[in-house]
Amino acid sequence: MSPEREGTTLELDVRVGFSGFDLDVEQAIPAAGVTAVFGPSGSGKTTLLRAVLGFEACARGRIAFGGETWLDSGRGVRTPPHRRPVGCTFQDGRLFPHLDVEGNLGYADRRSTPELGVAAAVNRDDVVDALDLAPLLGRRPHTLSGGERQRAALGRALLSRPRLLLLDEPLSALDRRRKAEIMPYLLALHPRFGIPTLYVSHAVDEVALLADRVLVLAEGRVQAFGGTVEVLEQLDLAPLTERFQAATVLEARVGAHDDEYRLTWLDLDGQRLSVPRIEHLAPGESARLLVRARDVSLATERPSPTSIRNVLSGVLVALDRDESTAFAEATVDLGSHRLRARITRASAAELGLAVGSPVFALLKSVSLDTRAGR
Amino acid sequence: MDLPELGPLWLSLQLAGAATLVLAVLGTPLAWWLARTRSRAKPVVEAVTALPLVLPPTVLGFYLLLLMSPRSWLGGLWVEVTDTTLTFSFAGLLIASVVYSLPFMVQPLQAAFESLGRGPLEAAAALRASPLDAFLTVAAPLSLRGFLTAAVLTFAHTIGEFGVVLMVGGNIPGKTRVISIAIYEHVETLRYAEAHTLAAGLLLFAFVVLVFVYVFNRRLPVHVA
Repeated sequence: MSPEREGTTLELDVRVGFSGFDLDVEQAIPAAGVTAVFGPSGSGKTTLLRAVLGFEACARGRIAFGGETWLDSGRGVRTPPHRRPVGCTFQDGRLFPHLDVEGNLGYADRRSTPELGVAAAVNRDDVVDALDLAPLLGRRPHTLSGGERQRAALGRALLSRPRLLLLDEPLSALDRRRKAEIMPYLLALHPRFGIPTLYVSHAVDEVALLADRVLVLAEGRVQAFGGTVEVLEQLDLAPLTERFQAATVLEARVGAHDDEYRLTWLDLDGQRLSVPRIEHLAPGESARLLVRARDVSLATERPSPTSIRNVLSGVLVALDRDESTAFAEATVDLGSHRLRARITRASAAELGLAVGSPVFALLKSVSLDTRAGR
Repeated sequence: MDLPELGPLWLSLQLAGAATLVLAVLGTPLAWWLARTRSRAKPVVEAVTALPLVLPPTVLGFYLLLLMSPRSWLGGLWVEVTDTTLTFSFAGLLIASVVYSLPFMVQPLQAAFESLGRGPLEAAAALRASPLDAFLTVAAPLSLRGFLTAAVLTFAHTIGEFGVVLMVGGNIPGKTRVISIAIYEHVETLRYAEAHTLAAGLLLFAFVVLVFVYVFNRRLPVHVA
């Protein structure tokens, strides 16, 4: 149901210079699925998004999408923002305050006419349904909660029927509870409407759960680009861990559901894990898990019964002690996955941990990708 | 008590109404440009726009009189096209009022447009609204208070002008004798009762308009970005 033909790409070769900051990105991004643009604040994520939208007047270079050239500064081509078939949401929502939610949706709906080459398959009632906007239609933006505002803004962006959807940190202004409230909507968005999406975020858990691939930006340059699992696994997050909290993404297969304890058993390279029941995944389907390094403890022997249910055995392959803090980051090889653990340097010494020694990793908690059929 | 003639009051209302309309048409694009431009000419244009605030009305009136005289290019052209002189006519008064009240229209509008920020307009552009569409459907409705303030200030300021009118228009009943001139003449000829009636009427009018504006302004929704 993807409106874009196989092989459509967003071609970026773009430079934006401000005083004290410059962005220089050359990357072709497949226009399919969800691509996360990931990096610390100030790395140029939002600037890159604004260049694609056409809001950066000083952008130089070339931006093309599916055969259309939106920017070619060498040839003087610069498509104005309102002629680019791009939809977006902003960090602060930016709903029109003089219109109610219905009016905001209608504003987008009326202007997304087919001659602009827009994706036609978005229907107003579908959008209202997908984002549960019906109870909000008559309300003004200033009466909405942060989460409701982002839902309305997402609906409005979808109704501009874009061929490319740009989401600029839709969760960053929300507290933890509101984030959890919006996440299921975000997860359902791409499978339902099939619009290629760039998702800007500085939160590794959002990226791990939502994205098919990741573009990592730091100081205006591309650091890495590739599939989410590979990039997050290979990427040396150490310089970023202060902000991001190191984490690992694991891909496991659903084994069986347990009705009595409402658990789902997962198989990870032959080891078993149990998580709160995942209703919509059938045995045999794959589930993506995010494990934060700070939620992993290490032991040199399989621990006697504890309340921690998930214990994985592996081999310690790296131990980075940060002498300026109390902590060390350990990397444990589980077979086809590598798990990161954040332990104290004191425990590492007491356990006599050394590279090559067998260890047991105790997982205090895991986050689940709740997408269906991915 | 003798009732004064109401002609000057009517003329003043006509003049102020016409000047407000003309300035809304001319001042809106100018204010929009000033609010959004990064041109180096901006401070110069801003200074020219603000000149009527600081110049004595007689100075402004003097130059306008020279400009409108049949011997100048503008006055001469006017005579050729309309067969009447621009000085001492309603049209001349209107042009003078437009110049004199320009900052009262442009400055509140510029402030309103600047306070919008780029957010709402970028949001509109991302929803495929052309710049004109975005102005009419987003910027203008969000600047309603600015428009109201600008219109009221322009109208009231035009009603109150005296020096420029006297220089350019003189005191011709039914043509250029506006209410401020009429009051001045009543005082000069010691007809205080008539001066009183007109002056008190103007005072009451100004008060009622301002109360209306403040009430209306309070009812308008505040749009905080």
